[in-house]
Amino acid sequence: MHLRPATLLTAILAGLILLAPVTANAATTPTPSPTASTGTPEKNPVVKGPNITVTLKDVKGGKGEPVPVPGVKLTVHKDSKTGEELGTQTTDQAGRVSIGIPGNGTYVVELDPKTLPEGVKLSGNGETTKTVQVKIAAATFVQFQIGAVVVKEASFGSKLIDASTSGLKYGLIIALAALGLSLIFGTTGLTNFAHGELITFGGIMTYMFNRGLGLPVIAAGALAVLASALFGFAQDRGMWRPLRNRGTGLIAMMIVSIGFALLLRSVFQYTFGGSTKTLSQYVAQGRSDYGPIALSDKEVAIFAISIVTLVVTCIALMRTRLGKAMRAVSDNPALSASSGMRVDGVISSVWILGTALTGLSGVLLAINQQVNFQMGFKVLLLVFAAVTLGGLGTIWGALLGSLVIGLMVEVAPVITLWGWHPVPASIKDVGALVVMILILLVRPQGLLGRAQRIG
Amino acid sequence: MDFGTVIDAAFSAALGPQAIVFALAAIGLNVHFGYTGLLNFGQAGFMAIAAFGLAVSVVTWDLSFWLGLVIALGASVLLALVLGVPTLRLRADYLAIVTIATSEILRLIFGAVEFKDTFGGSNGLTGFASTYRDLNPYNSGLDIGVVSFSVNDLWSITVGWTLVGLGCLLVWALMRSPWGRVLKSIREDEDAVRSLGKNVFAYKMQALVLGGIFGGIAGIFHILKQGSAVPTDFNTTFTFYAYAALLIGGAARVLGPVVGSIVFWFLIAGLGSFFGQATSGTDPLIPDFIMTNTQSSLIRFILLGLGLMLLMIFRPQGIFGDRREIAIDAR
Amino acid sequence: MPVELSAARKALEGVPAEPGAPKPDPIVKGSNILRTFGGLKAVDVEHIEIQRGVITALIGPNGAGKTTLFNLLTGFDEPDEGDWSFNDHTLGKVPAYKVARLGMVRTFQLTKVLSKLKVIENMRLGATGQRGEKFWSAPFKSLWSSQEDEITARADALLERFKLDAKREDFAGSLSGGQRKLLEMARALMVDPELIMLDEPMAGVNPALKQSLLGHVKSLRDEGRTVLFVEHDMDMVRDISDWVIVMAQGQIVAEGTPQSVMADQRVIDAYLGAHHDTDITEVDLAELEIEAEAELDQEGTS
Ligand SMILES: Nc1ncnc2c1ncn2[C@@H]1O[C@H](COP(=O)(O)OP(=O)(O)OP(=O)(O)O)[C@@H](O)[C@H]1O
Ligand SMILES: [Mg+2]
Repeated sequence: MHLRPATLLTAILAGLILLAPVTANAATTPTPSPTASTGTPEKNPVVKGPNITVTLKDVKGGKGEPVPVPGVKLTVHKDSKTGEELGTQTTDQAGRVSIGIPGNGTYVVELDPKTLPEGVKLSGNGETTKTVQVKIAAATFVQFQIGAVVVKEASFGSKLIDASTSGLKYGLIIALAALGLSLIFGTTGLTNFAHGELITFGGIMTYMFNRGLGLPVIAAGALAVLASALFGFAQDRGMWRPLRNRGTGLIAMMIVSIGFALLLRSVFQYTFGGSTKTLSQYVAQGRSDYGPIALSDKEVAIFAISIVTLVVTCIALMRTRLGKAMRAVSDNPALSASSGMRVDGVISSVWILGTALTGLSGVLLAINQQVNFQMGFKVLLLVFAAVTLGGLGTIWGALLGSLVIGLMVEVAPVITLWGWHPVPASIKDVGALVVMILILLVRPQGLLGRAQRIG
Repeated sequence: MDFGTVIDAAFSAALGPQAIVFALAAIGLNVHFGYTGLLNFGQAGFMAIAAFGLAVSVVTWDLSFWLGLVIALGASVLLALVLGVPTLRLRADYLAIVTIATSEILRLIFGAVEFKDTFGGSNGLTGFASTYRDLNPYNSGLDIGVVSFSVNDLWSITVGWTLVGLGCLLVWALMRSPWGRVLKSIREDEDAVRSLGKNVFAYKMQALVLGGIFGGIAGIFHILKQGSAVPTDFNTTFTFYAYAALLIGGAARVLGPVVGSIVFWFLIAGLGSFFGQATSGTDPLIPDFIMTNTQSSLIRFILLGLGLMLLMIFRPQGIFGDRREIAIDAR
Repeated sequence: MPVELSAARKALEGVPAEPGAPKPDPIVKGSNILRTFGGLKAVDVEHIEIQRGVITALIGPNGAGKTTLFNLLTGFDEPDEGDWSFNDHTLGKVPAYKVARLGMVRTFQLTKVLSKLKVIENMRLGATGQRGEKFWSAPFKSLWSSQEDEITARADALLERFKLDAKREDFAGSLSGGQRKLLEMARALMVDPELIMLDEPMAGVNPALKQSLLGHVKSLRDEGRTVLFVEHDMDMVRDISDWVIVMAQGQIVAEGTPQSVMADQRVIDAYLGAHHDTDITEVDLAELEIEAEAELDQEGTS
């Protein structure tokens, strides 16, 4: 069944850096050879000893099996793009090159875009180089993506459906983090700039449990959510509660959170490294059609997990005693305290719940894309935008705002006005941020917020 | 370990052009946040719009350098007006989110491949600083042991510290006046000020414009001192660092941002040089399995984050401030 | 009884004791003022007039809409509908600062002192028409220093009158609750208002000081100012007010001289009622709690 005449193709430059010769082939076995083009080597030998092995595959926008891309010239430099050239190779029938390196250090892999097969050109930032940190400690698996778009245009309708689907998915992932932020803001008044790092924490923990301890991704994700909740609890007990008790002001606490964000982000970079890494499973999955929508299995799972979590959380907040207590505290902490509520206990629970939700959003982000030390920092602004847009501190507002933001991010680049793209694809966040600002102009209290009392 | 190099690096950075950029930007933030209580998290945006205002005028539009300066400052005023008109009537948090979003929007647009012809893409623009360089009266650099500056840097610090001095003078004169009193009162409680017949919106706008101009000057100075305008220089982290510098020196104090920037860069450069040396060579002071040379550059940022937290908790008035006068307090 | 008092009362002679009664010389005149919060009609006033040169008290149970009415009249809040005028200036969407400049100045129920400014700076801020508050003249001290001296002299006189002169150089944040009320009132007087609106000026002020405050309020009238104040302390209302307006559930339910209002059965029902002798703060809390619970339930079901 072909609903769309032409599809969006994406080429993935998958690089596996294998330091020990032992594991050289396990992960790089590609799919059957496609038609040969001239000047393409049949098979590049895998270098013994430390090497950088790159496999170039075209995943065809995630539809069907990935196909190796042969005949592309890749060069490895030491330290920087202008550094010493360690070797140049053309990808073989398996889409693979293997270039030897002297040992650990920083390397730059450069792709010659002129040698890309016809019909495929690099898009995005047009990034043709990738920097890789190689450490001797363990075999580092790195996969990096160079987006490439086929020159053939897909129809507007199909692009819109595609964009809306991924927008909704992105919105749901953001919603988990936004709900966490909103709960914490609602009960404590804290504008938490370290919230992005709580997302990253979820992602990195998943990676640690998965690659470090060798657990399957699902188990690793579950443990990561648990770890996030624990982290939230410890954070409240060890830092925020003492600060509240000292009577530290909200602005001062916000600045503390900025410091905490810098601290955490640098610690993540210190321990995790500066490169982007992938989990061991569900990396590049083919998509299957569900009516007009095409989704990979992991995307279906992301939809299911986030929707179920959000619904269950909201019902719990509405129905359970603790949920009501949380909302009461966020309405009026002083009154709740005077009517015998254990405000500190409620706030602890909010931190646990909030960071668990946020950690989960990091886990899903890691599965959807990759893991990086600033993955959360990069979405923090969108999470803030979602919460503000919906109305500060309201639960439904956070959800609605997230969906609007997620959709805007993905849909805006698709829109053309008289042949002109108002929001270029390379800066798609811009559309969502502009929409947020515009909505705030019309409804300063956010979509679902209430105006404040004066005097 | 060569402590001479560490000291040289620390002092040169503390008195050098980068500290001046921070001081100028933080003076602006001091007007915004320290005196008026406006949460501007988009100072990098004010810098970026002025920087690219100049660079685009000179490089893309081929206008004169001086006209470019006027356009650059005009652009930062315009940005203040555009941001202020809708948000200054709203709660403080909204200004924060709108300014942070706007500065990211600007950075993304300036760096977008689609607008490469105008803004130069991710590499930015170069070739607008010749007029500035030609004005340089010095013909050799300076090296007096504890500090060393190249001939270009020497010119930049001359211009830069003069600007900082003039800026501080202006802020001092304004903040001792009744005008400054209105700003400080707005920071405390704007409804009270309104009830006394002051046009709070107009004062906030004036403060936003004034601080924005300082941001603009910082941006212009930044690209002139390095000869290139690169979008990624103007990211949100810059704004956070400028806040850190302001808070180290003490908010709502005339010299707070200046002292803060000097201390900030002294520590950043000093620690960077120290740990860089401690982890380099064949037999490093700190063994490789604890800290590699790449990791060593991160230590200072870890300490910076920690320092900012501790500062806010234990000395919110800044290192040299007076506790009773702090702008930020328990509410 | 002093002569002035009877003069003020005389002006109100012949005004019928009924809600929305027209006055011979109104300084404020408003009709059909409506402000709703969700479904709640916080203010729903058909007609209101405030007589010039007298002390008018605005009373009513908690949540009656007194503060909200203050907010509306002074431009701090916008009504759903309705219009009013002050000295024949039509107000409605006029911003708060312009209302204050016209000579209608209010204080707040929850005091708003500028904590990180000294008491004297708080006072100086109140003065209007300051040259030094203009951006372009601010950097040049010679342009505004003489005016500043005049302002300071006026501020010192007022501080003395309100027994705050000892606190002159202290930060306002260090003042006690009652002192803050005093400072706020003194600061409002720096504006030199024609009509001063005080939202519970006596709450938290000690009895001795209360007496002298009462004196101040009366002397304001004697200086020719009009005073409108909200108060829960009935003794005080009886003591100094020339006219009383009673609000309940957003509406004006009664008006009249203190004596006639306090004898009014509707007022006793609506306000004094069963709570006549109970402690106001207790009622306050109970009511708040009921409100909060109601709100929660409402949200829970929506
Ligand atoms: N911003 C707001 N949002 C929602 N409801 C409000 C708001 N401001 C006031 N109200 C409601 O309007 C009603 C009137 O409030 P108002 O503060 O005017 O009462 P009041 O007469 O001043 O009472 P008190 O004597 O306790 O000061 C109350 O029920 C209050 O809950
Ligand atoms: Mg009230």
